[in-house]
Amino acid sequence: MKNRNIVILIIVILILSSAFFMFYKTGANLDYVLSRRGIRLATMMVVGVSVAFSSIIFQTITNNKILTPSIMGYESVFILFQTIIVFLYGDRSFKVISQESNFFYAVILMMLFSVLMYMVVFGKEKQNIFYLLLLGMVLGTLFQTLSQFMQVIIDPNEFSIVQNFMFVSFTKMNTRLLTIASVTLIASLIYVYRYLKYLDVIALGREHAINLGLDYNKLIRKFLLVISLLVSVSTALVGPVTFLGILVTNLTYELFKSSKHRSMVWVCSGIACIFLVAGQFLVEHILKFSTNVSIVINFIGGGVFMYTILKTQKKR
Amino acid sequence: MVFVCITFVLVWISLFTGIKNIQFSELFTDTEKWMFFVISRIPRTLSLVLIGAGLSIAGFIMQQISQNKFVSPTTAGALDAAKMGILFSLIFIPQASLISKMVSSLVFTFFSSLLFMLIIRRVRFRNTVFIPLVGIMFGNILGAIATFFAYKNNIVQNTQEWLLGDFSAVMQGQYETIYLILPIVVLTYWYADRFTIVGMGDSFARNLGLSYGTIVNVGLFAVSLIVSASVVTVGAIPFVGLIIPNVASMIFGDNLRKTLPYSAFLGAIFLLICDILGRIMIFPYEIPIGMMVGVIGGIAFLFLIVKKNR
Amino acid sequence: MIRFENVAKKYRDTEVLKNISATIHHGKITSLIGPNGAGKSTLLSIMSRLLKQDNGDVFFMDKNLSSFKNNELAQHLSILKQSNHLDIKLTVKDLVSFGRFPHSKGKMTSADWEKVDEALAFSQLQDLRDVYIDELSGGQRQRAFIAMIIAQDTQYILLDEPLNNLDMKHSVLVMKTLRRLVEDLGKTVVIVIHEVNFAAQYSDYIIAMKEGVICYHDHVSQVIQADVLKDIFDIDFDIIEKEDRKICNYFNL
Repeated sequence: MKNRNIVILIIVILILSSAFFMFYKTGANLDYVLSRRGIRLATMMVVGVSVAFSSIIFQTITNNKILTPSIMGYESVFILFQTIIVFLYGDRSFKVISQESNFFYAVILMMLFSVLMYMVVFGKEKQNIFYLLLLGMVLGTLFQTLSQFMQVIIDPNEFSIVQNFMFVSFTKMNTRLLTIASVTLIASLIYVYRYLKYLDVIALGREHAINLGLDYNKLIRKFLLVISLLVSVSTALVGPVTFLGILVTNLTYELFKSSKHRSMVWVCSGIACIFLVAGQFLVEHILKFSTNVSIVINFIGGGVFMYTILKTQKKR
Repeated sequence: MVFVCITFVLVWISLFTGIKNIQFSELFTDTEKWMFFVISRIPRTLSLVLIGAGLSIAGFIMQQISQNKFVSPTTAGALDAAKMGILFSLIFIPQASLISKMVSSLVFTFFSSLLFMLIIRRVRFRNTVFIPLVGIMFGNILGAIATFFAYKNNIVQNTQEWLLGDFSAVMQGQYETIYLILPIVVLTYWYADRFTIVGMGDSFARNLGLSYGTIVNVGLFAVSLIVSASVVTVGAIPFVGLIIPNVASMIFGDNLRKTLPYSAFLGAIFLLICDILGRIMIFPYEIPIGMMVGVIGGIAFLFLIVKKNR
Repeated sequence: MIRFENVAKKYRDTEVLKNISATIHHGKITSLIGPNGAGKSTLLSIMSRLLKQDNGDVFFMDKNLSSFKNNELAQHLSILKQSNHLDIKLTVKDLVSFGRFPHSKGKMTSADWEKVDEALAFSQLQDLRDVYIDELSGGQRQRAFIAMIIAQDTQYILLDEPLNNLDMKHSVLVMKTLRRLVEDLGKTVVIVIHEVNFAAQYSDYIIAMKEGVICYHDHVSQVIQADVLKDIFDIDFDIIEKEDRKICNYFNL
């Protein structure tokens, strides 16, 4: 299918899914339901766009289609943070740290984590990005182990607080948080937008990018920073989105044949939002909350991951 | 031979460390202490040795077969698959005996390892570090699937508990599956060269008259057995299969026959030290071994990576 | 003008380049030859700032290479190493047009497109302009990358074993193209080459390296001599003179 038709199709499906999400079985209390659903829809859009942008950028600068930012360990930092809070304060957690402060600190922590890692790996000239990822992966496992240890000790009732953070949830609403997240997102997008065309060149590889005059190291740093911010914000807002990234990027590559990142990121955002909205709709109305949207997405995302790997590099 | 001595010393220490104070002389006089010794201390120490050796060997086999220094049960989804197996047996066979847990775990681990090897062959990426990253993601997928079922059955917290490596609950009557590791060790030693050959590729192996598929399957079966026996008995212990073989080959080289015993002993020593420290550091409380190994192993691995990156 | 002084580079414990210095002749083709592991590719990478040397300096147009802003440098110096396996949906035309990036920054003018067409014509790729590069053969892809470098239109062109994967017809085509670029447009070309005959036939100067040092740097006629080549490559050579150029026979001697 031609690219233009794909874009139209995506827009149409997105509008349709959003409409369904908002208006399906609203029942009597229209105002109330619509406003709550509206906020949830907005949250999903913010997350969808964040994940799409960060994943596409990440995959281009790491020259691969299989790994996503989540492998860098952000999510384990986030869960560790939440676990520590519950460990220390039990069910007083919410009184001691408000939702807003929680969000704020979580983002700061994750950003700190990524900055530290970049410094370690990008200290020298031979910047093998995979070492950065391996480092992130190890630290991720480390943090996971620490979290698990604490989680085991926590009172089962209190554990449910932690559990809430372990899975993506669009049901906890907070307009202030959403506003902060949206503003951050928009600011990041404005910042990164003019650099997107350089991604087209970076896709050719480090040596070609340098040959063609790009300030490679500087650009990579900028992109990594933006990725960190986007991932931190969306994780702090709704929880770990692990496989959504790989799912939507690969779908984008399949459906939208182009090397122009300026358009790819938007197509990807559209697809991401569709998945989130449709997925959440499915969970709420058809599966009646018996499962969680992140699990559904991880399932599908995992499948896409396997498929992508198994079909790659079978040519020449 | 130094290693054997060190191991013996550590074994000795391990046997006599713990909340319950037991002196060697008391063993022959105090029946209660003797029973405790036999029921708890000996099994625990034996498990430490066998699992330490076993996991290192498992890692070694995987590294030989995939020709990649960073592949191990931790970075190929094997641990996650083993956990998944146990979970499934618990959900679908509520009165799951140790044996059925073991079998279920074994089946899951074996098939996931096969799948992983398939993936590796498809990913002909020049970068060595890429493969373990893919392995981690693969493990994450398995973890996500397992979590799905745990979530549905409301046992997420329990799963974390069962599956975090912990030697404190090892008791006589419940740990004997560990003994399965012994024949595997022997098998591996015998098959050592074949594993290396197979690691060079299908055509290479066939040229030398070996059946690639069979040997890979044997190797993966051995790995699965070791991993599932360990996870069923004490839970998941990360990083051992990754660090120890690498350290061993850095010091002793890559000649399998020569290095394998060192690798095994090193693994046992490592776990013994971690466990003893875990028992002493916040006496009378214990730090579970999963955490000790996770932290020490993680730092050691980081060190390895940074060194390789130079 | 490219000039380097006392350049040294170490990989782990091996000294790959041992304090070497030379000046590249302007407006000529200089070939870098030598046995495996001599340091040719490393030298080329350092000369083109893709790699940083441990010691010494590289001077480009009388300024230290490291003092250039990368974008400016890219308009005067281009380098092609072994082309990677690329997994993106790019047509040949798109790839070649990337060569204009240092000049156009993504906004292609008609002048830019003219250069792209010229480059495609030079490399005989017009028929393939709308084909995706992952559908090309190894040799065709290599030529597409070379066309990209031609489109970049720089004074100095550095190439690392550009003839790999090319059949004889296209190897000759590339070398003849390079000669045209030098003679008609006054460019300077430095090229790492494996097959000594291409160096003998098409270069003006040769730098021969062995074990991290430059053992010969002279006009092609001085270097293509049996005793010199034997010193470099450690095999016997029989030099045949034909119409002003030399052919090296090193088979079955």
